[in-house]
Amino acid sequence: MQQFFQQLVSGLADGAIFGSLALALVLIYKATEVINFAQGEMAMFTTYISWSLITHHGFSFWEAFFATLLIAFVGGVLLQRTLIRPLERASVLTTVMATIALLVIFNGLAAWIWSPQLQFFPSPFPTTSWVIGGVHISKQDLGTFGVTIGCVFVLWLFFRFTKLGLAMRAGALNPAAARLLGVRTSWLLALGWGFAAALGAVSGMMVAPTVFLTPNMMQAVLIYAFAAAVLGGLESPIGAVVGGLALGVMLNMLGTYVHPVTSELRLPVALGVLLVVLLIKPAGLFGRVVVRRV
Amino acid sequence: MSRFRIPVGFAVLACAVAVAPFLVSNYHTYQLAFVGLYLVALVGLDILTGFTGQISLGHGAFMGIGAYTTTILVVDHGWRDLWTIPLAGVVAGVIGLAFGLPATRFAGPYLALATFAIPLSFIGIVKRFPSFTGGNVGKNLPQLHSEFGWHVNPSIWFYVVCWVVALVMFPVAYLIVRGRFGRALRAVRDSEIAATANGVSTAAVKTAAFGISAFYCGIAGSLYAIGITYVNPDTFPIDLSILLLVGIVLGGAGSLYGMVFGALFVEFIRISWGPGILDLVSKAHHLDTHAPGSGLVVYGVVLLLVLYIAPAGAAGLVRQLLAIVSRLRSKKDTSLSDPSLV
Repeated sequence: MQQFFQQLVSGLADGAIFGSLALALVLIYKATEVINFAQGEMAMFTTYISWSLITHHGFSFWEAFFATLLIAFVGGVLLQRTLIRPLERASVLTTVMATIALLVIFNGLAAWIWSPQLQFFPSPFPTTSWVIGGVHISKQDLGTFGVTIGCVFVLWLFFRFTKLGLAMRAGALNPAAARLLGVRTSWLLALGWGFAAALGAVSGMMVAPTVFLTPNMMQAVLIYAFAAAVLGGLESPIGAVVGGLALGVMLNMLGTYVHPVTSELRLPVALGVLLVVLLIKPAGLFGRVVVRRV
Repeated sequence: MSRFRIPVGFAVLACAVAVAPFLVSNYHTYQLAFVGLYLVALVGLDILTGFTGQISLGHGAFMGIGAYTTTILVVDHGWRDLWTIPLAGVVAGVIGLAFGLPATRFAGPYLALATFAIPLSFIGIVKRFPSFTGGNVGKNLPQLHSEFGWHVNPSIWFYVVCWVVALVMFPVAYLIVRGRFGRALRAVRDSEIAATANGVSTAAVKTAAFGISAFYCGIAGSLYAIGITYVNPDTFPIDLSILLLVGIVLGGAGSLYGMVFGALFVEFIRISWGPGILDLVSKAHHLDTHAPGSGLVVYGVVLLLVLYIAPAGAAGLVRQLLAIVSRLRSKKDTSLSDPSLV
C-alpha cells in the first residue's frame, strides 16, 4: 500500500510536467491555430541558455530563470515576426514544415554550441523529502508541481481576464472579424509565440534536473504532453492538466505493477493510450464533440 | 505533348538508371542504389502527404519495421533476402493500417504530432524485446553478394535490386493516384467536408493512404537493411522520418517525378552536400563545422530557404519551366492531363 501511494505521488509529479506542456499546446493552439513542432526544441534550447547563464556567467538559479523567460519570450516573438509571418498565407504543409525546420535547426544548434553530451542541470529545490506515513514526498517534485501549475494559472488568468487575452482568443476564433474590430491579429500571433516559448522554457527548466540536459530531452516529453492533451480532450485546458496527471500516474503504476512494462515501453504505452482514446472516445475526457458545418 | 509527358518522363528515368552505373564508380553506384530505395519510400509517403494532405513524422519507423522483418527472417529463419522484400512491405503496411485506423481521426497538424510518437516508440519496443530484435546491439545480415549466377560487384547487384524495385513501385504509385481512388485522395486533401458531401469516406481513404505509404516505406526499409547489412535501433532515428518529409517538400509534394529530386537530396545532403556547404562556411567564418549537429543545421536552413523560395519544390520549378517552354513552342496545345500528376 505504501508503494502504491509512493507511485501515486511520483506519478503526479511527472504528470504535472506533462500537464503543463499539454496545456501550453492547447492554449497556444486555441490562441493561434498553429501547432509548433519546434515547441519542445525551443524549450530545450532556452533551457540550455539558462544552464549556460548559471554555470558560465554566475547567475543564481532564479535570476537565470527569469532572464531565460524574457529571452524565450522575445525570441518567440522575433521568430514569428521574421520566419513564420511570411508564410501566413501558405498551406498547412508549408507552415508545419517551417516549424519542423526550426525543430531541426534548434536541435542541431544545441548540439553544435553546447555538445550533445549529457549535462547536469541544477535544481532550485532541495533534494530532501518529507516523509508522511512512510511515503516520500520530494521537495523537488513538489516545487516542480508548484511552479508549473503556477505558470499555467497565470496564463489562464491572462487569457480569461485581460483585454489582450480576450483579443487573442477573438483573433484565433475569427481572425477576419477580429481584424475588422481593430484587433491587430498578426501581432497577437507573435505574442502567442512569445508566451508559448516562455511556457516551454518553464517546463524545460523544470524537467531538466530529472532527465538531465541533452538536445533530445524534450522529444519524449512532448509526446507525453500530446497524449495527455488527447486524453483530456484537445480543446479543454482543464482536460489537459487532468490528462497529464492521469497519464503520469498511469505510467508509474504500470511500471510498478505490470512487469512486462519496463522503462523502454513508457513511450509506446503513451502512444497506445493516445490511440485507444481516439478509438473509444475521440473527444477525450473533457472535450466537446465538435460539429463541423459547411 | 502533354499526353506523352508521363511515359516519356518514365522512359527517360529508366534510361538514366540503366546508364548511370557505367558512368560512375562502384562507390557512387552504391550511393545511387540508396537513391532508388529512398525514391520508393518518398513515393509512398507522397501518396499520404502530397496527395492526401496528411503529414506524417513517423515513416522512418515503417522503414525500420520493414528492415527488421527482413533481418529477422534472413538471420533467424534462413530466408533468402530477396523474398523477404514484399513481406517486409506487407508487415509494415498492416501495422500502418492498424495505426492509421485511429490516428487518421486527427485533423491536420495533430496527425503529424501523433505520428511523431512512432519512431520514438519503435526504438523503445526494439530495445524492450532483445531476444527477438537483438536489442541495442542489433543484428548483422550476410554480406551483399550477387545472385542468380550473376557475377558482378555487390554494389552493382544492390543497385540493380533497388532500382528494379523502384521502377516497379513507381508506376504502381502512378496508377494508385490516377484513378477514382486518387481523386478521392485529392478530394480529402483539398476539402474534407466537400469530399464527405460527395460520398467519399474520408476516414477510410486516409487509413488506406496511410497503409499504402507504410507498405512502400516497409519495402524501402527492407532494401535498406540488405544494403547496409545490419540493423540496430539507432539506424532508424526520428531524424530519418523528418528527412523523408524534407525530401517530399524539396521534391514537391503531390508530384511523383519530384520525388526523384527528393531522393537525390535525401541521400546526398548527409554524405556530400551538407559537409560541402559547411566547408564553405568554415572557410569564411573559421567555425568548427565538423561538430555534431552542424549537419542538422545545414539541412534545416536549406529546408527553410526552399519553403520561402520554391514552396512547390523541385517539381514546381520544373513545371514552371515546362510551362514557359510549351508557351513558347505552341499556343494550340490545350492540356487535358492533370498537372498535379506530372
